[in-house]
Amino acid sequence: MTQKLVVVGNGMAPGRALERLFETAPGSYEVSVFNAEPRTNYDRILLSPVLSGEKSYEEIVIHGDAWYEQNGVTLHKGKKVVSIDRQAKTVTAEDGTVAAYDKLLIATGSVPFIIPVPGKDLAGVLTYRDLDDVNAMLIAAEKGGSAVVIGGGLLGLEAAAGLKSRGMDVTVLHLMPTLMERQLDAAAGGLLKRALEDRGIRVITKANTKEILAAHDSQGATRVRSVVLDDGTEIPADIVVMAVGIRPNAVIAKDAGLETGRGILVDERLRTSDPDILAVGECVEFNGHVYGLVAPLYEQANIVANELAGVGGAGFVDKALATKLKVTGVDLFSAGDFADGEDREEIVLRDATRGVYKRLVLKDEKVIGAVMFGDTADSGWFFQLIKDGTDISEMRDTLIFGPAYAGGDHADPTAAVAALPDDAEICGCNGVCKGRIVSAISKKGLTSVDDVRTHTKASASCGTCSGLVEKLLALSLGDAYDPAAVKPMCGCTDLAHADVRRLIVAKELKTISELMQELEWKSSGGCAKCRPALNYYMLATWPGEYVDDYQSRFINERVHANIQKDGTYSVVPRMWGGITNSRELRAIADVADKFEIPTVKCTGGQRIDLLGVQKEDLPAVWADLNAAGLVSGHAYGKALRTVKTCVGTDWCRFGTQDSTGLGVRIEKFMWGSWTPAKVKMAVSGCPRNCAEATCKDVGVICVDSGYEIHFAGAAGLDIKGTEVLCHAKTEDEALQVIVALVQLYREQGHYLERIYKWAKRVGLESIQAAVVDDLQRREALFEDFVYSQRFSQSDPWSERARGAKDAHEFAPMADLTCMEAAE
Amino acid sequence: MNMMESVWVDVGALEDIPRQGARLVKTSVGCVALFRTETDEVFALDDRCPHQGGPLSQGIVHGNAVTCPLHNWVISLETGLAQGADEGEVRTFPVRSEGGRILVEASRLGHNKDAA
Ligand code: SRM
Ligand SMILES: Cc1cc2nc3c(=O)[nH]c(=O)nc-3n(C[C@H](O)[C@H](O)[C@H](O)COP(=O)(O)OP(=O)(O)OC[C@H]3O[C@@H](n4cnc5c(N)ncnc54)[C@H](O)[C@@H]3O)c2cc1C
Ligand code: SF4
Ligand code: FES
Repeated sequence: MTQKLVVVGNGMAPGRALERLFETAPGSYEVSVFNAEPRTNYDRILLSPVLSGEKSYEEIVIHGDAWYEQNGVTLHKGKKVVSIDRQAKTVTAEDGTVAAYDKLLIATGSVPFIIPVPGKDLAGVLTYRDLDDVNAMLIAAEKGGSAVVIGGGLLGLEAAAGLKSRGMDVTVLHLMPTLMERQLDAAAGGLLKRALEDRGIRVITKANTKEILAAHDSQGATRVRSVVLDDGTEIPADIVVMAVGIRPNAVIAKDAGLETGRGILVDERLRTSDPDILAVGECVEFNGHVYGLVAPLYEQANIVANELAGVGGAGFVDKALATKLKVTGVDLFSAGDFADGEDREEIVLRDATRGVYKRLVLKDEKVIGAVMFGDTADSGWFFQLIKDGTDISEMRDTLIFGPAYAGGDHADPTAAVAALPDDAEICGCNGVCKGRIVSAISKKGLTSVDDVRTHTKASASCGTCSGLVEKLLALSLGDAYDPAAVKPMCGCTDLAHADVRRLIVAKELKTISELMQELEWKSSGGCAKCRPALNYYMLATWPGEYVDDYQSRFINERVHANIQKDGTYSVVPRMWGGITNSRELRAIADVADKFEIPTVKCTGGQRIDLLGVQKEDLPAVWADLNAAGLVSGHAYGKALRTVKTCVGTDWCRFGTQDSTGLGVRIEKFMWGSWTPAKVKMAVSGCPRNCAEATCKDVGVICVDSGYEIHFAGAAGLDIKGTEVLCHAKTEDEALQVIVALVQLYREQGHYLERIYKWAKRVGLESIQAAVVDDLQRREALFEDFVYSQRFSQSDPWSERARGAKDAHEFAPMADLTCMEAAE
Repeated sequence: MNMMESVWVDVGALEDIPRQGARLVKTSVGCVALFRTETDEVFALDDRCPHQGGPLSQGIVHGNAVTCPLHNWVISLETGLAQGADEGEVRTFPVRSEGGRILVEASRLGHNKDAA
């Protein structure tokens, strides 16, 4: 008989534990999960990139709603458990929901520590723990103003950098004389302070907060106004973020009479003092230790899953931990133990001009702690020395200079990685070992760190191990691995497409020239690669505000026709869903005669192409086509191309839905929108699929019960069948999903990246989470698309046929032929 | 019209060419492309890419270069030379901009030896 497992808390630790449990012992429990947060499981570590704008919430979701459904898990969102009845074996939530358990897993994480000063409860005083905190910060940041972050540890500094990149004036208050005093000595703390100040963040050390003062607005509500230090300094603040530390959240366990210390006491199998209750994550205390980083929690998660599954395996042991400051542009890595002690020695390297600091703590000829600032390239190697407990007496003299100087096998860092055994752990956060990464690279044909991240989760969390993953790619692929291939957009910048898209939003860059100035473009005025990309990013990010820069568009999009090898152009009018009529055909025939157009061809996209039109004739050709109601088919654009259809219920004896009608509706709704690369769609009336919908960017297969929505197919340079996105019951729903999907792609796609490549990069799950599971998000994406259509859905041909736009394109500037004839 | 050794002909206003764009001037030696850079410098080149004759005037202008619309060769507007690994050269013509007007030197456009 299946037992009932109840999980309290839905953070990273139980998320991993359940994954592991479903792998090892599928179906052994009927699981319900209570989550005080009103959402599914997400990667808390990546809240900082969400705050700074480098990632969206969808990108950090670990399990979407679909995952819970697939695994038969009942998820109680937004229900906080308030009590455990160990006799009755039930838990009760705030809203009265009661759930009975055979086994209970407590995973309540930590709570942020609030310093007990007057004003701590004012509106505008926040902590930094969950998505709600981030959202509150983002709302505050929209209005600009000042933020004060109390606490100069990793969390506080990440919050400060995020708020700064969102345009706030930020001050960090730190109680001690230097930042991160546990890891860094005074000089290194000074370097870190300078790096932050260079980014425009004010740092005040030895700052002891005395109280938080309130302001009253016109409605009489009070919220924070400023922070006062004990020396009387008053710092204005529209928000205050407290990031002074966390403590295990053991309240419900303690109330239920479980043994607790600082956290819930557990043994090496994560069992509490009640045999039917286990605990995992930041809420536990093991051997006097509590935890604040993911790596050991994932380790615990695996063990607790084994315990629940009734299989044995190793117990939990304490291990060295590594952490990295996730502030773009500030490289800080620290690992291991830094406490002072008689038996410890230090090796320190400083290079003030380069802003580099490295410190190693040694004990018994072994490295037990390492800090690097400014240059963290060797951090993986040092961390390995710590984990392995390697005897370093042989290379002690050059140790600090890293593997390049250390001689022997480790001289080449790539060789050092090659020498690691298959079960060496590469990604501590996600517990991914070398063997798994290497086999994924070869089996799935992965070529970039992003690929590895999507398929194995290695380096998906804190990112510390990205360097190791790169080395594994280099080892596996040899010369075929080109790290630069995924990196800079073009020779004009070191930034990748993703960076540029993020920074356009974060820094509110609204023109190409402003962007090149601000992001320090290396060429004057960009090149033919970056300019069209930037133009698209601007258009997609700032609809209605950004003025299209035609000189940054490829000729086809500049003159709304396709250039041919002889310098003439081809003209493809839209045929909605592939439907035409005698009037349109007659107009096309007349145009072909009148302008002596040499070739008239049916395209692969169910419409007609007029090839070999002289450039000067384009406006007149368009005027005639317009007169018959024909508009531009955008056959030349990174835009919506065709929506192919089959005859569907109108005629076909197998048709299940009006596929022609839906295709026409989609095309009429979406034409004119610009996209990262071309977008082709099709709607088939039944699974016989005569419109070839299953190799398109977006395809619909009509079935009796509605519409199967497919996407991420390809049939050009690559051939790939589509993935199923979801099933829609009505035409309206189908349209809404498709529009939301394309809008998400418009927001996230890299220029020239077709939908199937984008989907591979960001992962199908994140797309499903945004446009299928999260109805609010779907709605918002839909609205954003509709808004941007207001500015792009006008026929470019008619604007030009009337001579209203770009007349200079279609006529020479001067004609000197007669002059010379006269000579 | 009687032409001296060096004759500067007014072909239009600087403003007639979009910044980072090009316009054509038809001559009896073929189409000449006039380019205007972001810094308002003006260049005149044959409108024929040395690769397969692509119309350079339809390319994207960046810095003092243009990228051919057909296969992306990059041609220097100053020298007419193909950049990077590609080899080839486009004829350039003297041109200057004065008081917002563009003047091209017409003697080579009228009776050019190569054109015969
Ligand atoms: C006209 C047409 C061929 C025809 O005579 O049927 C055509 C013509 C061109 N295709 Fe295509 N493709 C045409 C349908 C297709 C199809 C079939 C389809 O749409 O169902 C495909 C495969 C489906 C797909 O896109 O995945 C197709 C895959 C490509 C590709 C490969 C894209 C890829 O990412 O794999 C390119 C190259 C590119 O875009 O970089 C391309 C590029 C081109 C270009 C733009 C080449 C160029 O850069 O000059 C051709 C422009 C000719 C012109 O001036 O009109 N064409 N091309 C078709 C126009 C369809 C339309 O009505 O708009
Ligand atoms: C901004 C930020 C950045 C971080 N960066 C890093 C990093 O770079 N590297 C690293 O290793 N770690 C980092 N961490 C720490 C890491 O996120 C945590 O160690 C990890 O998330 C803890 O997992 P957990 O499952 O124990 O608890 P949590 O993820 O905190 O989950 C606990 C969940 O339980 C819910 N809950 C609590 N009480 C109840 C109740 N009574 N009933 C129902 N639900 C309840 C909470 O709402 C919460 O959703 C960071 C943390 C933050 C906040
Ligand atoms: S397949 Fe497409 S790109 Fe290739 S020659 Fe034909 S039309 Fe041109
Ligand atoms: S014709 Fe110019 S690059 Fe080929």
